[in-house]
Amino acid sequence: MSRLQRHSWFEADARARIAGLVDADSFRELCGPHERLTSPHLAVLDLPVAFDDGVVVGEATLDGRPVLVGAQQGEFNGGAVGEIHGAKLRGLFERARRTRPAAVLLAIDSGGVRLHEANAGLIAISELMRALLAARADGIPVYGLIGGSCGAFGGMGIVARLCDALVMSEEGRLGLSGPEVIETVKGVDEFDSKDRALVWRVTGGKLRRSLGDATTLVDDDIAAFRDAARSLLARPVPARDLAALDADQFALAQRAARHADARDGLDVWRALGLPDPTAIPMLDAADFNRLLAPLSPTEAA
Amino acid sequence: MNALLDRLFPTGHTVAFDGHNLSGHAKSSAGRVHVIGTRDRAALTTDMALKLSQAVLDAVRADQASGDPRPIVFIASTQGQALSRHEELLGLNGYFAHMARCVDLARRSGHRLVTLIHGEAVSGGFLAFGLLADRICALPDAQVKVMDLRAMARVTKIAPERLEALAQSSPVFAPGASNYARMGAIHALWSDTDDWPQALQQAITDAGGEDRRAALGRERGGRTLAQPVAERVAGVPLDA
Repeated sequence: MSRLQRHSWFEADARARIAGLVDADSFRELCGPHERLTSPHLAVLDLPVAFDDGVVVGEATLDGRPVLVGAQQGEFNGGAVGEIHGAKLRGLFERARRTRPAAVLLAIDSGGVRLHEANAGLIAISELMRALLAARADGIPVYGLIGGSCGAFGGMGIVARLCDALVMSEEGRLGLSGPEVIETVKGVDEFDSKDRALVWRVTGGKLRRSLGDATTLVDDDIAAFRDAARSLLARPVPARDLAALDADQFALAQRAARHADARDGLDVWRALGLPDPTAIPMLDAADFNRLLAPLSPTEAA
Repeated sequence: MNALLDRLFPTGHTVAFDGHNLSGHAKSSAGRVHVIGTRDRAALTTDMALKLSQAVLDAVRADQASGDPRPIVFIASTQGQALSRHEELLGLNGYFAHMARCVDLARRSGHRLVTLIHGEAVSGGFLAFGLLADRICALPDAQVKVMDLRAMARVTKIAPERLEALAQSSPVFAPGASNYARMGAIHALWSDTDDWPQALQQAITDAGGEDRRAALGRERGGRTLAQPVAERVAGVPLDA
């Protein structure tokens, strides 16, 4: 496909992402905007509300197989999770436990908890985590997709890593505390949030793919996200028993030991022995994936 | 922390400290329990998260052999996640997610999970660990929050006076264990005069089953929308 034909995931809103992700015209929204589920907590502060509270959830098919889909609207309050927003996502996973789709697809685009309803948001993310884990335990795979302007931070950064696999573009970012928060509290020497290249080397899709947090790196193209989701759907569902969590524990401890002094993605790429680390941020997904291919599964799984 | 443990477990405990982490065993009125947690308002790092996860996995493994999954008492004392470029680079969020998976495995393996909030429980440090228990109790000194009201005013660009006024009637955003209780996320607020071993036994007895926090928040009137909205999307009642 030529670059001109690409439809940017980054630029698209939640409904456009869903439309391009699943089979054509297969999406049926649940609790859509016509129900006007707006946040009373924003209204009491005289702040703008959204009829979907910043998240779109529903049912669709992918390659003819039933899936549930949730997509956050990054442009509404940074995709932040409030009481209703979080309840819609929790409800999606509770629905999955009943309808048993082939997968739940979660298009994350969120800075985490919505501060205007901070307690409700924090609890909602906790409930979302429990519902996601319950669906997982019932054998329903959960796949995350990150490539929007807000990335996946705060509690949604944790939710992202609860997914069985993550598709990211380089534009997508994944972490816990945003660079601005770290700079505000710890100072510009700790993390210069204005240094965008550094921010992406610490949080961006290529770094996350290199460490194994992301399963697949794709270009900023809705069709590429769709293809990645289709391949994930064909995979066996990974186990999360004691042996699997022991293995994860070992891998995470190894990562911390191996990159004990790293403060920049360049340090990670050097430690992994990748050639010409400074050129990595400019590579397209295909070239980057070729570069990463020789690494052993423990280095980038 | 030792004074707290002595009061909770007057018949004995073998809890050991490793920096901000703590783990061990104790005798409670409900029998022997695992004790796992953090102390001194820890800023949770990847290292602390790995120690917490390991302790949970070890508890599951130990009781798998005996066939008797004992309760786990989590002690949550955290100011939130560590703010550090290095920790972010490593993927601190992924270490927290792993911790959450370990806690969930313990639940599914039959362990009753109770969290006691001591000192404070803040944001991400609370989310992946203490907040995932089946029963959450706040000790008298406990502070629970996402962010201070002053900082919240700065970030949201809303006057602090306005937030403070609104906090008098709404539990939705202001710090406070009682706010979390009204919203169903803290089951019990313990007072200094309570019989803590008795209260802990009660919490262990009550722990278990599905996540009923949204239903509890609706019953208590502090969070009325979460349950009906989740049910509308789920297409089924969630109280079961």
